[in-house]
Parts: sequence; structure tokens; C-alpha cells
Amino acid sequence: MRWRPSGRQLIAGIPILWLLVLFLIPFLIVFRISFAEVRLAIPPYTPLISWQHGVPSLELHGAAYAFLFTDPLYVSSYLYSLKVAAFSTLCCLLIGYPMAYAIARSGAAARAVLLMLIVLPFWTSFLLRVYAWIGLLKNNGVINNVLLYLGVIHHPLALLQTDFAVYVGIVYSYLPFMILPLYANLEKHDVTLLEAAADLGARPWRAFLAITLPQSFPGIIAGSLLVFIPAVGEYVIPTLLGRTDQIMIGRVLSDEFFENRDWPVASAVAILILLLLVIPIMLFQRLEQRELEAAR
Amino acid sequence: MRARGLFSRTMLVLGLVFLYVPILSMIVFSFNNSRLVTVWDAAHSPTLKWYAALVNNQQILSAAWLSIRIALISASVAVVLGTLAGMALARFGAFRGRTLLAGMTPAPIVMPEVVTGLSLLLLFVTLGQLIGWPRGMGAVTIALAHITFCMAYVTVVVQSRLVGFDESLEEAAMDLGARPVRVFLRITLPLILPAIASGWLLAFTLSWDDLVITQFVAGPGSSTLPMVIFSKVRFGVTPDVNALATIMVLIVATGIALSTVWMRYRERRRERDLQLAAAANWR
Repeated sequence: MRWRPSGRQLIAGIPILWLLVLFLIPFLIVFRISFAEVRLAIPPYTPLISWQHGVPSLELHGAAYAFLFTDPLYVSSYLYSLKVAAFSTLCCLLIGYPMAYAIARSGAAARAVLLMLIVLPFWTSFLLRVYAWIGLLKNNGVINNVLLYLGVIHHPLALLQTDFAVYVGIVYSYLPFMILPLYANLEKHDVTLLEAAADLGARPWRAFLAITLPQSFPGIIAGSLLVFIPAVGEYVIPTLLGRTDQIMIGRVLSDEFFENRDWPVASAVAILILLLLVIPIMLFQRLEQRELEAAR
Repeated sequence: MRARGLFSRTMLVLGLVFLYVPILSMIVFSFNNSRLVTVWDAAHSPTLKWYAALVNNQQILSAAWLSIRIALISASVAVVLGTLAGMALARFGAFRGRTLLAGMTPAPIVMPEVVTGLSLLLLFVTLGQLIGWPRGMGAVTIALAHITFCMAYVTVVVQSRLVGFDESLEEAAMDLGARPVRVFLRITLPLILPAIASGWLLAFTLSWDDLVITQFVAGPGSSTLPMVIFSKVRFGVTPDVNALATIMVLIVATGIALSTVWMRYRERRRERDLQLAAAANWR
């Protein structure tokens, strides 16, 4: 008897096969190359198994990792990426929460328009929106010109190529990712609870802290993960807006690969980024799955 | 109550200003005569000269054409694969490989782009050595990479739409003897068509816009539009990029406005049909 796949096996099998070949196997390759050593050849790394006098021997090198952990440049860019991602996420939360709250509490017609306004920038090019900030932030840019004109400052401020510019760029680009999950959560809240609290004499801020904030916790987590995870590996924003003396880990990976042609070190950086993000990513998937189960 | 409403509303207005000021400034300065981009040359502006420069820029035009072709192919294949995955996850219950699929599907969404880009490039290089294909990097490898991350988004959109519907319609059709293919074409597909359409649009936009992953898997001679823009703006602002941005914002805004009007129209027609049906019943 020949095995013939049923329709269901085909439907599930095709995407599984695709993801296996183009998602899972590539990571195994990265993992494997991160344990190779760089050499001048094509491909520029040592093979996994080398033959010596007819005997195969496994070649596993920790050189790439040892290099990363001892070179202060890599350690500092790793920590810097964490710092930038964490602080940007916090800023997104502080700005995005009141915005999501205001949208969730407005009328149905206004809500649709406001949501569209939040999502609309997302549909225009990410690269061009980051680029727009160069024109705003540079020394003879819009912000400095306006401040000079108003007499607030007398010399242009150095805004571009600073940490500040990177924070602005990340918050600007990822704010919708914070607002949407928060909105989805806040919109479901039962307003009668707040009314009951008010009837019992609770002040608005107290009612907010005791009722709304704890209930919106899943939204806060989902939004924060959606900002934090991509921000850690961010490449475009720090390259266009950021400092030249302190690069982020995503840029390190790209430079190692394209400029230094050191594939093992680039792969090791990728593995370390993944190690850093494996817990946030799994947390996010768990949340996502629970959300889908709840909709059932 | 009043005070908090005021605070969050003020933040909302300020936040929207923050979101739109950069886009508006690009639009305004695209009509500026000065090469300095951010210094308004009142004597000679507004001008359309940057738009003229754009139309005559062969490099940008051919990159845009390549990006459009890649986005069309990637979005279309991603929609098929993503719909299959979404169906399997939402409708098949427990099956072998479900955990694998459910675990892998959302991963490309949250994976940092540099990691995805590097891993795909290394895959293509390894495949090239093992089986001699792909021969080199180019439009084909870019499309394969784009399909992979676009498919994840489509899966999530289709899956959440399917989960929102109960299965009784499909079950009823099966009970009446319809074959699975027919059930899919007549019941499931019409139900998830809006999700498929928005998934396709999302995939198209993501593919059209992607820079980081593309840079890894692109080869010589296959520069997409974001790659050309990035190499232009990396060393400063150029006014014709402002013109390009304005055109893109205009297209997106028109598209969104049209789809909103169309959805309104459909909704109204549905309401009218429901009212007519109710009236007929009552009579």
C-alpha cells in the first residue's frame, strides 16, 4: 500500500514543511556555524566534521563566544541595547497608556476614526518615517529652527546622533504596537465597576489604581513585549539617528557579517540575541495563544 | 472623573501630533526649492522639481518596480500558506505537528530582523553548496524570505477570524452531504475572505517596506526600493526622498479612505437587507 496524504495532512503539512525548511533549519545552521572557526575559504568557516587520516572528528570551537565575552565592545553594546530597549518600552507605555485609555473611553464613531489615525502611520514606510526625524532633529533641522526663532535657545542643540534621537525614533515607530493591545484590553473593561467605586466614595485616581490598572495588566505585558523584543535587535533606527561611538547589538551582527566577514562571530551574536529574547518571546506566544483560546 | 478624562485626552492629542508631525514635515518640504531640505526657501517655493527629479531617476524607478513585483508574489504565496496554517490551527483540533506549527507560526513576527536575515542567508548559502540551488542571491531569495515572515502575519489574522466564527455552519453543510472542498469554497472561504484580504494587504505592505532581512538575502543587481532609499539617506537628507514619501503617503491614505467608504457601504446595505427581512417576516 502506498501512503497517500489526506486533505487535512496536506493542509497542515505544507505550511509546517515551509516553516521547517525556511525557519527552523536556518536556526540550526546559525547555531552550528556559531561553533565554527573563521578561515579564508568558501564558505569562510571550518566544517563540522574534519577527516584526519581517514578518521572523522567533530570540530566544535568556542572561539566566537570567547571572543564576544572578552571583548568589552561587544559586552557594552549588548548592555546598551538592553538599556535602550527597556527605556523605550517604558516611554511607549507612559505615552501609549493614556492614549489607549482615551480611545477606549470615547464614543463608537470617534473610536473608529482614532484607531485608524493610530494605525495609518504603520501602513506608510517605516524607513521613511525614521528618515523624517533626521530632517526634524538635525542641527539646522525643523526643531532647532523653531526653537531658535522663538528665542528659547541661542545655539542649535545637538539632537541627532544622540541617545535621545534613538529613543524618539523607537518610541515613534513602535507606539502603535503599544497602543493597540492596550486598547483591546481597556475596551473590554466593565465600566460599572468604576461607577460602583465612585458611588462608594473612591476618588478617580484611587479607582483607577485599584480597578483599571490591575485589570489592564495583560495588555501592558503584551504591548511592552511587542515594543521590547524588536527594539533590542533594532538596526535601522540607531544607524540613521543614533550615536556613532556606541552601536547596538543588531548593528554589531550586521557589521561582523558584512564588514569583517566573520560568519562564526555574527552567528554567535545572533544566538546571544536569541538567548536574551527567548523568555520574552515565549511569554508573548503564551499570551497570544491564550487570547485566541479565550475568543473560542 | 473630569480631571482624568482631561489628562488622557490631552495625551491623546499630543500623541497624535507626535505621530503626524514628521509625516507632515516631509510632505511640506517635498515642495521646498532649497537643497538644504529643512530651510524653507520662500522665494522659489512651492515647487514640483523634486517630483520631476524622482520621475527621471532610473535607479529609484527600477528599484520600485522590483519591489512591487516581489511584494505581489510574496503577498500572494504568503496568503495561501498562511490561510492553510490558520485553518489547521483553528479547525483541526489536536493533530500531529500542531505544537510545532503553533510554536513556529508567530515566531517570525517577534524575531529580531537581523537574526532572521542572517539565518535565511546562511540557509541559502548552505543549500547552494549542497544542491547547487539557489545559484546566488537575488529576487528569488528575497521573495522566499518575504514569504516566510509575511506568512506568519497572515496566519495570525486568518486564525483569529476563524476562531471568532463557530463551526456550526460548516458542520451543517457537512451533515447535508457537502464534500470538504465544497464546504471550504462555499462556507469557509466567504467567511474568512475579509481576513484574507487584509492579510494580503498587510503582507504586501510588509514586503514592500522591508529593509533589514532584504539586505541580507539580496544580491548584486537586486536592490529593492527600501535598499536604495537607505543608501541615499544614510549619509544625509535628500529632497527627492521627501517627494517619494509624499507620494507613498498619498497612495496609502487614498487606499484607506476607499476601503473605509466601501466597508461603510457594505454595512449599510447589510442593515437595509436585515430591515427588509424583518419587515417581510412581520408581514
